[in-house]
Amino acid sequence: MNRKKLQKLTDTLTKNCKHFNKFEVKCLINLFYKLMGDVTKRQGVVTGLDRNAFRNILHVTFGMTDDMIMDRVFRGFDKDNDGSINVSEWVYGLSLFLRGTLEEKMKYCFEVFDLNGDGFISKEEMFHMLKNSLLKQPSEEDPDEGIKDLVEITLKKMDHDHDGKLSFSDYEQAVREETLLLEAFGPCLPDPKSQMEFEAHVFKEPNEFNDI
Amino acid sequence: MGVALTRSAQWTAAGYGTRTLETTPLNEAILQEIIIFIESFIYKHPQEAKYVFVEPLEWKTDLDPSAFELGYVVSETTVESEEADKNGQPLLFFSVPQIQVRSFGQLSRLLFIAKDRKLKEAQACIEANRNPVRKILGFDYNAVIEDSSVLNILDKITEDNDPESQVKMKIAMLLKELDLHLLNHSLKHISLEVSLNPEAVKNDVELLKRFSGKGEETVLESITYTSDYEFSNGCRAPPWRQILGEMCYVLVKPHDVETLCITCSAEGVFLNGGKIDEGEINYERKGAIYKDLITFLKNTSAKFSEVMSKEQIRFNELQNGKDQPNETSDKKESDAIPKAVDGSDKGMLEKKQINFGKRQMAKRLEPSLNWKTTVDYKGRRSSLRDTHKEKRGGKLEKSAPSVSPGKTQLACKNVSKTEEIVSESSSESEEDEEPPDHRQEANADLPSEYWQIQKLVKYLKGGNQIATVIALCSLKDFNLAQETCQLAIRDAGGLEVLINLLDTDEVKCKIGSLKILKEISHNPQIRRNIVDLGGLPLMVNILDSPHKSLKCLAAETIANVAKFRRARWAVRHHGGITKLVVLLDCAQNSTEPVQSSLYDARDEEVARCGALALWSCSKSYANKEAIRKAGGIPLLARLLKTSHGNMLIPVVGTLQECASEENYRDAIKAERIIENLVKNLNSENEQLQEHCAMAIYQCAEDEETRDLVRLHGGLKPLASLLNNTDNKERLAAVTGAIWKCSISKENVTKFREYKAIETLVGLLTDQPEEVLVNVVGALGECCQEHENRVIVRKCGGIQPLVNLLVGINQALLVNVTKAIAACAVEPESMIIIARLDGVRLLWSLLKNPHPDVKASAAWALCPCIQNAKDAGEMVRSFVGGLELVVNLLKSDSKEVLASVCAAITNIAKDQENLAIITDHGVVPLLSKLANTNNDKLRRHLAEAISCCCMWGRNRVAFGENKAVAPLVRYLKSNDINVHRATAQALYQLSEDVDNCITIHENGAVKMLLHMVGSADEDLQEAAAGCISNIRRLALATEKARYT
Repeated sequence: MNRKKLQKLTDTLTKNCKHFNKFEVKCLINLFYKLMGDVTKRQGVVTGLDRNAFRNILHVTFGMTDDMIMDRVFRGFDKDNDGSINVSEWVYGLSLFLRGTLEEKMKYCFEVFDLNGDGFISKEEMFHMLKNSLLKQPSEEDPDEGIKDLVEITLKKMDHDHDGKLSFSDYEQAVREETLLLEAFGPCLPDPKSQMEFEAHVFKEPNEFNDI
Repeated sequence: MGVALTRSAQWTAAGYGTRTLETTPLNEAILQEIIIFIESFIYKHPQEAKYVFVEPLEWKTDLDPSAFELGYVVSETTVESEEADKNGQPLLFFSVPQIQVRSFGQLSRLLFIAKDRKLKEAQACIEANRNPVRKILGFDYNAVIEDSSVLNILDKITEDNDPESQVKMKIAMLLKELDLHLLNHSLKHISLEVSLNPEAVKNDVELLKRFSGKGEETVLESITYTSDYEFSNGCRAPPWRQILGEMCYVLVKPHDVETLCITCSAEGVFLNGGKIDEGEINYERKGAIYKDLITFLKNTSAKFSEVMSKEQIRFNELQNGKDQPNETSDKKESDAIPKAVDGSDKGMLEKKQINFGKRQMAKRLEPSLNWKTTVDYKGRRSSLRDTHKEKRGGKLEKSAPSVSPGKTQLACKNVSKTEEIVSESSSESEEDEEPPDHRQEANADLPSEYWQIQKLVKYLKGGNQIATVIALCSLKDFNLAQETCQLAIRDAGGLEVLINLLDTDEVKCKIGSLKILKEISHNPQIRRNIVDLGGLPLMVNILDSPHKSLKCLAAETIANVAKFRRARWAVRHHGGITKLVVLLDCAQNSTEPVQSSLYDARDEEVARCGALALWSCSKSYANKEAIRKAGGIPLLARLLKTSHGNMLIPVVGTLQECASEENYRDAIKAERIIENLVKNLNSENEQLQEHCAMAIYQCAEDEETRDLVRLHGGLKPLASLLNNTDNKERLAAVTGAIWKCSISKENVTKFREYKAIETLVGLLTDQPEEVLVNVVGALGECCQEHENRVIVRKCGGIQPLVNLLVGINQALLVNVTKAIAACAVEPESMIIIARLDGVRLLWSLLKNPHPDVKASAAWALCPCIQNAKDAGEMVRSFVGGLELVVNLLKSDSKEVLASVCAAITNIAKDQENLAIITDHGVVPLLSKLANTNNDKLRRHLAEAISCCCMWGRNRVAFGENKAVAPLVRYLKSNDINVHRATAQALYQLSEDVDNCITIHENGAVKMLLHMVGSADEDLQEAAAGCISNIRRLALATEKARYT
């Protein structure tokens, strides 16, 4: 890719992305192509980061562990649903990831948690996401009982219209009351520590990239 | 006897030598039995009664030698029995207070002589002779008795045939019999305390069954045994569990809790691990032990206890009905029962139930009693060295084939003992203002929140980060200001989890945990628990966190927790003060990049929380110092310049707390804080106004500060705040500030301008004491000026002031007397005071125990006496008043002495009164005070002496009491007032020739000559007068010599 093209790409992306300045966009693009380079070496020519590569990044860089959530995060990044993340999806995604406002984050998180994409987080979806959240107690008659109970507790807390499922407005209201509930069903945003590390690592004055 | 004494008798745990028998019913019973045995010995076994002990039993007795009569040789302090042994030694030898007895016959007689003090003597004897058997029979027999069966003893008898050893053997047997008897007897006693046995449990279950079933009115949904088979002993537990004292297992389904599997054992009732498979039960204990089934259920199921309380009456009736046959058949036992239950303050129902259980127990006990003692006897052989402690619960288990009632109660006792210990340690006394910890009433009706919270805490404990956050958020929705919820969290073990979460890396969990801790730490008990669990160091660490909202929450929680001394110490000890001071600095770094993190609060918020925490911490002296050293004052001063109301309150609060320290006041002046305090007096916020006024009150001790308040225009807002009297705290602070400010004259003038004095007079009635103290203090300062005194009088302020003289608050009394003293300077005011009998009230305050009040009252009397009409007559009218004043000269307080001297000066101006106080011995008392270095006392003492010289031969008397020489030394003082008073006194004293010589000898002339040149006319005159007296004497002597 030549310098002119890169310059143009940087400009467009900077224009469309409100949370990053030009320098930061440039850093991210560089990072993307660096990562792409690794991937390409292994898999031949691809247009973007595929699911596995992206999950690897999530895991290594942002410390995420839950497979299901990571899949959902990938879908959140992959706007055009083509199974890979291209450079603009990468920059947009990270802009939300790192700098998103509460509104943006809520929207994103809700999409992550709404597993079937029907606009609601149903009891079943909650159960699915929470099923590993309690330590199994051997004495417990029904190991799922605790989870079910937890789902009920969550609904009681968040389901304001009492329809047995969470709409976006339910979710939004609950999160505005208590920000801790933003990632209620699993960590789908980078935790503050790894975020800081990532930013410090990527946005430093990169001498080696100056000449690209 | 030996075994019973070592094992059954309850010794106090004071170690050997000084151990005594506790006065318990059991011990008393044992002693009674021993007494009966000894008393009847002489009749039953006349032969053995003559046997001479190997060693005498020796103890300290309370008996009097005179009590011994026939058969004894009695002298004043010794008694010897006529009965003697082969060697002619008396069998009883008594030398006050030690007594030695060497035969049963003598013991019997002694008890007879002791009459109603038998018990005491027996106790003293047994306490002094811990092993009586050994002393009676000698060492070898003691061993025989201890470790042999009857067979061995018989062997011994056949071995040696001489009559003496036969007697010895007989006695050994008798003692052994007594021993067994005592053990039996003590067992009967202990057995009255039994609480559970198979039959009692069976009855409980049957009874509950009848009240169980579906529907709202029943106590339980169902109650069944796990096993249908009942053993012949009434137990249903399998035999290998019976060995452990377990009797049966019951499945109970209350209305509000899931099915409980309960073990009923001899030790009590508890929750077990539950049913695993068909017929298999997890026997492990899962919960606390309760004394019976009903108590257990009451504590476990709220619904049950609720219904039970309704059903109580019916239930009781039923139980009584059931008891009827028992009562008739077992009269004897039931007689003993009320005695055992007496004094226990348990609820009626419980009482009934104890009775219920006990009656049945007692009935069942009869047959098993013998069995128990045999076991005991055998057991003793097998394990000789068992301490009596072990025996309490342990030993019988090995041999007991089925549930032993005897063991039941012993174990029960142990359980209740340990429970007592546990509850004691939980209520350790706190050094501070905190109330003692009390656990929630065990069987109080618990609301449903309690159980919900308990469940949430369970998820907190056993959940991953996601579940934890959900549980925390959900927990936060409860009304955490309510004590039930606070204690529910604690009782469920939630505090430990919440505090542990603070130690993790999970920011969200920490935030959630702190949000809850912040709320529940309003509860004093929870605060202490948090400190005990080591929560404070963790919170202090969080203050370093990069997330501002975390810092805020931690600081706010610290602010709540650090309300008592130990907590404040912990904050300081872990470096919290420095970190909190750093938080104050946040507000300045506004250049920081705006972070988009979710966990960031505003900088002002961080500073506010920091100030809040410092406010709490600043109640300790050492913390104030630490805040200052950490550079907190300039930061506080800077924050004070901001205009956020929320921020200002904790900042001013901290300053106000700290202003009690001298170096803070200097720093406050230096940092120009007063200006801002004054500014904030005009704020809208009442609390802020209050703290500002309070801070001014603290700082205005300093003159410069008082001027600063005036220069910054603080007096006007203070005066206007006086008009709002609804908020008493603020009023107290404002009046306090006015009081201290009015120490400066310029300020008083301003206050008069603002009509504050009139308002203050209006506040003399219907105000709380804190306000009154300050109002009166302020008036006292204002009344130093004539104009203000007139205002006070015209506004009718004298009457309420005099009324306040009957109070008991010391601070108030001191201020009131000062204010009255100030008013009394005005003759017109004095008339009013006299009319209101104020002088008498002042006079009676001389009897107040507090020296400050005494002194202040005595000072106030001076202007009163000066300005009252017919003052002499008035003073004399107080019966015993003059004597009282004179006797106050014996006080230890210099201030009281000075004030009383001043009062005496005024009293002595009336000749008649002077005569009276002279009669009361004022001269020697004053003379005794003469050796002092206190200038204030010196001055008033000298004045008093000069006034007292005016009567009779008082001048001479002062000389005789050696008051003159010390007075001369007063002239070396630096205080001109002392000089004047002393010169006047010396002038009076020099009228007497001997005094003249003493004055001269002590080198007064040179100093007096110097003082003649003083600018003070009175001093000039007195000094000159004194010199002229001395000179005249010298001339007279010269004249006499030459003629």
